[in-house]
Amino acid sequence: MFLGLFSFDYTLQIVLAGSALIGFVAGSLGCFAVLRRQSLLGDAISHAALPGVALAFLITQTKSPLSLLLGALIAGWIGTLLVMLITKTTRLKEDAALGIILSVFFGFGIFLLTIIQKLPTAKKAGLDTFLFGNASTLLEADVYTMLAFGFIALLCLSLFWKEFKIISFDLGFAKSLGFPVKLLEVFLVTLLVVAIAIGLQTVGVVLMSALVIGPAVSARQWTDHLGKMVLLAGSIGSISGILGVLSSSAIPGLPTGPAIVVIMGFFVAASLVFSPHRGLLKDWMQARTNKKKIRIASVLLTLLRLSESHKNPFYPHTLASLRAVDATGVEKSLEQLSELHFVEQQGDLWNLTELGLKEARLLEQEWGAVE
Amino acid sequence: MTAQQPTLALDVADLTVAYDEKPVLWDIDVQIPSGLLVAVVGPNGAGKSTLLKTILGLMKPAAGRVHIFGKPYAAQRHLVGYVPQRTSVDWDFPTTVLDVVMMGLYGKLGWIKRPGKKEKELATQSLQKVGMEQFAHRQISQLSGGQQQRVFLARALVQDAALYFMDEPFAGVDATTEKAIITLLQELRKQGKTVIVVHHDIQTLKEYFDWVLLLNVRKIALGPVHESVTPQNLHKTYGGRAAFLGTMGG
Amino acid sequence: MTPQFEIMMLAAVVAVACSLCGVFLVLRKVSLMSDAISHAILLGIVLAFFVVKDFASPLLIIGAALTGILTVTLTELIIGTGKLKADASMGLVFPALFSLGVILINLFASKIHLDTDAVLLGEIAFAPFHRMTLFGADVGPVGVWLMGAILLADIIFIALFYKELKLATFDAGLAAALGFSPAVIHYLLMALVSITAVGAFDAVGSILVVALMIAPPATAYLLTQKLGRMIAVSACLGILAAVTGYALAHAFDASIAGSMAMMAGFFFLLALLFAPQKGLLSQLLQHRTNKLNFALEMLMVHLLTHEGKDEEAVENTLRNAQQHMEWSIFFAKKVVEASAARELLLKKGKLLLLTPKGRELARQSLVRT
Repeated sequence: MFLGLFSFDYTLQIVLAGSALIGFVAGSLGCFAVLRRQSLLGDAISHAALPGVALAFLITQTKSPLSLLLGALIAGWIGTLLVMLITKTTRLKEDAALGIILSVFFGFGIFLLTIIQKLPTAKKAGLDTFLFGNASTLLEADVYTMLAFGFIALLCLSLFWKEFKIISFDLGFAKSLGFPVKLLEVFLVTLLVVAIAIGLQTVGVVLMSALVIGPAVSARQWTDHLGKMVLLAGSIGSISGILGVLSSSAIPGLPTGPAIVVIMGFFVAASLVFSPHRGLLKDWMQARTNKKKIRIASVLLTLLRLSESHKNPFYPHTLASLRAVDATGVEKSLEQLSELHFVEQQGDLWNLTELGLKEARLLEQEWGAVE
Repeated sequence: MTAQQPTLALDVADLTVAYDEKPVLWDIDVQIPSGLLVAVVGPNGAGKSTLLKTILGLMKPAAGRVHIFGKPYAAQRHLVGYVPQRTSVDWDFPTTVLDVVMMGLYGKLGWIKRPGKKEKELATQSLQKVGMEQFAHRQISQLSGGQQQRVFLARALVQDAALYFMDEPFAGVDATTEKAIITLLQELRKQGKTVIVVHHDIQTLKEYFDWVLLLNVRKIALGPVHESVTPQNLHKTYGGRAAFLGTMGG
Repeated sequence: MTPQFEIMMLAAVVAVACSLCGVFLVLRKVSLMSDAISHAILLGIVLAFFVVKDFASPLLIIGAALTGILTVTLTELIIGTGKLKADASMGLVFPALFSLGVILINLFASKIHLDTDAVLLGEIAFAPFHRMTLFGADVGPVGVWLMGAILLADIIFIALFYKELKLATFDAGLAAALGFSPAVIHYLLMALVSITAVGAFDAVGSILVVALMIAPPATAYLLTQKLGRMIAVSACLGILAAVTGYALAHAFDASIAGSMAMMAGFFFLLALLFAPQKGLLSQLLQHRTNKLNFALEMLMVHLLTHEGKDEEAVENTLRNAQQHMEWSIFFAKKVVEASAARELLLKKGKLLLLTPKGRELARQSLVRT
């Protein structure tokens, strides 16, 4: 076996490969969920998958990765369709439909899990890792199964890229072009269900949705290009997965799911704050610069108005008379203005320069229009 | 240039559309010859957008049929271009202007095939027609309302259709853009294309359009603007008061 | 009182308290706030426990409830930056806080008598072991008293602010105009949800709080239109889910909280299918009746349009009407039969002739549109 070549730290290799893959698939498909405002659907899908896992175990009496995964897939998919049915046929809104499906399916899953725990079969252990996730329970067979499903999901995403893009951006237009949009929507959601199902064992049903939303939200901050966003989100998902697994294996008792979510939380927070063109820091600095500009400009205008009352544009004024009009940061503004050679200082007095007068006149025109 | 089509560009017969069995459009007959610039006018809730959406197959009618150049829509898609309401999409979507315009070619590309060099060229040409070529690689959230509308228009132009449907292309755009758009529409008409536009401003009807369809659930009038826009018809369409305000506005 | 009865009682009190808050969550279209709050309070419970070292302390409940409100505030703050849509913002904030809570529990497991299973499942089965003594006398489980107090708080709050809640829910604009700030009402409600969630958390775990807050009110919403009745029906459904859920859990020796959620979901399913007006079945029947009535009107209008004209002999036949309206032959025949039965038309050979009654119906529907 390929992965078997790394006999050193064999288990960790397996686990890391698996979690990187989960992160990539969840992150990339999560972009579409976030852009289509279906972020919380991921939460419903992952919770709804729990009874599927439990039933698959009850029916097959084994923990074969394929049957558990299929169980999760089918249950998650049924949950999704029920959400759509409820929102379509009743006056209940999507929030209520999502809440009912996620909690009731989860309750059913818990019901089945408690029954399984009391079964005499010896193999029952380990199903409760599906709640919070435990990457250390991943086996080679699990990873290969996940790999196969993840690969298919990514392949479908790249094949139907154009179609998924157009239904996500402009559904009505896509329909007018003749694309079967309902079918494509269900197809795209099905891929999301696959992405979630393969992550359940590692991340857990409770927190899987965060791995769907977080990378997409982070990636959106850094790029305006859908393709790059999907690749970046996939990478962020992978890195979060790997780091989460490493930290949970380093700290005994630390479950993988929460570790991944907290690490991803850092990515999200950092992206929200530090992104160069959409970050809060940039917004904040821009707002500060604007404020500063306005402050300086208003001092310049005050000088102009005061001078006009003296019929001499270069009439010098005391600091106090400038302060009487606008008190905040007058000295600092004057300093900056004199650096720009807009004003001159003579003793305690300040007056406009030729350059400053020109600028002030222009400003007056601009601001006059606003006022 | 497309030659004058012998058949009607749009032939809607006995069209009835209902939401929950309540008619939104009732027994509409519309026949529009090709080569005209036609406004669809009526108060809010009159079914203007619904008419467009039903013609384009986005909604199912309760009765009636729609023919485009003599055949059902599904067979004539390649002859039709569509400009949805600008506000119907999320302009913060991570994509560029050129990309949005290329979406107009997705239908012709068919399944799975991606747009290539040829599509890029067509889209760029289309952007030139609306004066937006320098914005080709701009992210769409950085556009003003008028620029967004021009992008949508470019996307319809790239469809190279014979019949265009536009849902409120003048809503929320600046005066310059409005003039630019109407010039473009008149240019299209000159090329023998038919353009059907949902419009709000009765004041500009005569200046902009050849024909008008007055609509309020039922068809009130259809024909040349100067014949159809009569006080009686406006009264029927707007129920008196709104027509008065409508003519006052704009 | 037997332990079984005590458990059932606690379950019922929890269910009623949850469904009371839930009615307003569902109506205000913020159902998933229950999901966010019930998860995020875990962090609050853990942190507050480090301070007060007592799970039943009112301070712990208040501390934890504050985390609930913090979640709501944080979520709305992030939405306010315009960088994230509402759904994504909510979907990130509460998992992050919840994860922190789970990590703290695991890292300090020896110091906190709370394990992660209890977080999800609750410990209602152990409720009878924690007794409350008053003046030396055993007055029942602590949980019942605690949850009873929270339920009382819910009832008092809703009774006091009934008018304001109703107004802010159905017409936020009017509420603001009348001087009731919808934001204040919103945050008060969120505080109430948080306190209720903290109390219920101990019994049924975080996710099943969601089931009890949303499923009974959503079921009631399908059954009635009136707010007062909706509250009453939700409370009854909550009790029903508690009692039947307990019975189910007892029969299968399974999780009580899980069974309660299942039963709450089961009642929702019943309402979804069979509710008198909004159920799928009655919608289907209604749809068919409406479709037929609508078709009748369309046929009458069609007949009226061509009545007395040259084309009448061609147009006003079953075959032509069927093609014209794009009906199936079967449906067209049904429409004509129904019209004849209602004396709206007469059949004369192939020709369909309007009766005065049919003509009247056609005119009416023309006027109405």
